[in-house]
Amino acid sequence: MIEILESGLFNTVQDLGRPGYRDIGVSASGAMDPLAVRIGNSLVGNDENAAVIEVQTFPFSLRFERRTVFAVTGTDGHPHLDGSELIPWCAYMAELGQVLELKQPPRLARAYISVGGGLDIPVVMGSRSTSLRGGFGGNAGRPLAKGDRIAVGEDLEIAMLPATGLAVIEPAVALREVFPAPVDGVLPIRALPAGEHGLFAGDGEAFWSQIWRISSRSDRTGYRLSGEPITPTATIEMRSHGVVPGVIQVPPGGEPIVQMSDANTAGGYPKIAGVIECDLWRLGQARIGARLKFVRSTHAEARAVEQAVARYVEDVRLTSGMVKRALKAMA
Amino acid sequence: MIATTNRHASPREIIPATQSRARVSSIGARSFLLEAPGDFDLIAQRRIWALSQTVRRWADLAENIPGMTNLLVIFKETPEDPDAVVVRLLEAWEHAQSIDLNGKTIEIPVRYGGEHATDLPALCDLSGLSDREVVRIHHEATYRVFALGSAPGFGYLHGLDPRIYMPRKTVPSLKMPKGCVTIGGMQTGVAMLTGPNGWNSIGFATLEMFDPTAQNPAVMAPGDTVRFLPARIEL
Repeated sequence: MIEILESGLFNTVQDLGRPGYRDIGVSASGAMDPLAVRIGNSLVGNDENAAVIEVQTFPFSLRFERRTVFAVTGTDGHPHLDGSELIPWCAYMAELGQVLELKQPPRLARAYISVGGGLDIPVVMGSRSTSLRGGFGGNAGRPLAKGDRIAVGEDLEIAMLPATGLAVIEPAVALREVFPAPVDGVLPIRALPAGEHGLFAGDGEAFWSQIWRISSRSDRTGYRLSGEPITPTATIEMRSHGVVPGVIQVPPGGEPIVQMSDANTAGGYPKIAGVIECDLWRLGQARIGARLKFVRSTHAEARAVEQAVARYVEDVRLTSGMVKRALKAMA
Repeated sequence: MIATTNRHASPREIIPATQSRARVSSIGARSFLLEAPGDFDLIAQRRIWALSQTVRRWADLAENIPGMTNLLVIFKETPEDPDAVVVRLLEAWEHAQSIDLNGKTIEIPVRYGGEHATDLPALCDLSGLSDREVVRIHHEATYRVFALGSAPGFGYLHGLDPRIYMPRKTVPSLKMPKGCVTIGGMQTGVAMLTGPNGWNSIGFATLEMFDPTAQNPAVMAPGDTVRFLPARIEL
């Protein structure tokens, strides 16, 4: 078990999501930074889809009620275990009673806590993710709160962790060739033109050329962007159609909305573009107030990025497994 | 990428995606939306249901989501040749024979008017009809569930009388209660969650239509028939 000692309002249990039910109106949910979840789970020896805690309102702290392997990923901040500073992207062992504390990270938006054995939470419709809109899944369909106790699955590899921890080079560094760094603080996000791009005529170019800011009315469902409004040449209502995270819709006010993990499953607003899936984690780590720019991409580029990410994740999984097996053999 | 564009729209007109040919566009890298041409009717929707059954058998497909005379298909990975995907989808559409789904009939008791009918006066203004006429026209029709989406278990219903079409609001209601019976454009439905909603409320229903723990979580399925029964009319 782990016990939540302190939590902000919007911290939830997530895994890689609940796809497959959009046709009955159920959002996929899942972590806003799925890459951090896959890496965190690999480091602690879990299946990459094991349930983790997504922390997006800080400070957050929990107590381990038994010896547990854990890793904090996604964040650029330093977690503390009983007051000692740790590094992110590294698996450690916590002893019974030890307290893990996460403070507001300096730059990024979200941190993920994975534990060896995964959070032992009932699977609802194929996933342990919290559906906040639907009020089911995760921690009884609601965010974590002080006093919540969550069961942890059995950890078969607990004895195999190196005493000093097991770290990985974080994605932003390991994959810097495929994920260009922000320029003057402006995050580049790759997208493809979507169905109604042509309807925006000259404003289509304004969409790509201007710098957008993530407004305070943003959450796991969607990011509202502020900037110079863009308007279509005609006011239309689309027939309702399926949408996915990453879709950039333009409501009548002219300020785009990017649908995120808790994305609606259907939409009717004109779609100007769609963020490529492998760039979504970078948006998931962008905070309110952050500036971004959309960069026109291609299917070929999206494939190349997906393949580079897959190689990195596979490398982490194989290497961490090898290290642990070698240590066990030496023990 | 857009296979065919064929769009003429005048302000506030509720238009079909295309006038003559089906259109395929993409959302991000691995999702493609096929929009049927022509009218918003059962004939087009039956072909969408058929197309959905065809693409479900494709080995590289992850999910497909029927919408209102359209279908979103999500592939397992970004296709190497997106143009070939467009061609494949358009061919499948050309071959899609109209099918009907054997649906069940769902009766939904509705309290028309009253505190939840926040948009009934505006609908009367727009349509030039009295509130009684609007309510009668709404509950006398028989609706088909074309598709589900937007919220868990929410069914998009077809069959609304054109006299009571009403565009979505430009400023959505911030906290419309679950159960509101609503009209959005040429569509009607029952709100499944309390929250922001751009549709227009004319009544209220208490029937539970989604249970995440059930074998089939959603009560409605595409092809079902829905009747609204006026349990009470408060005007």
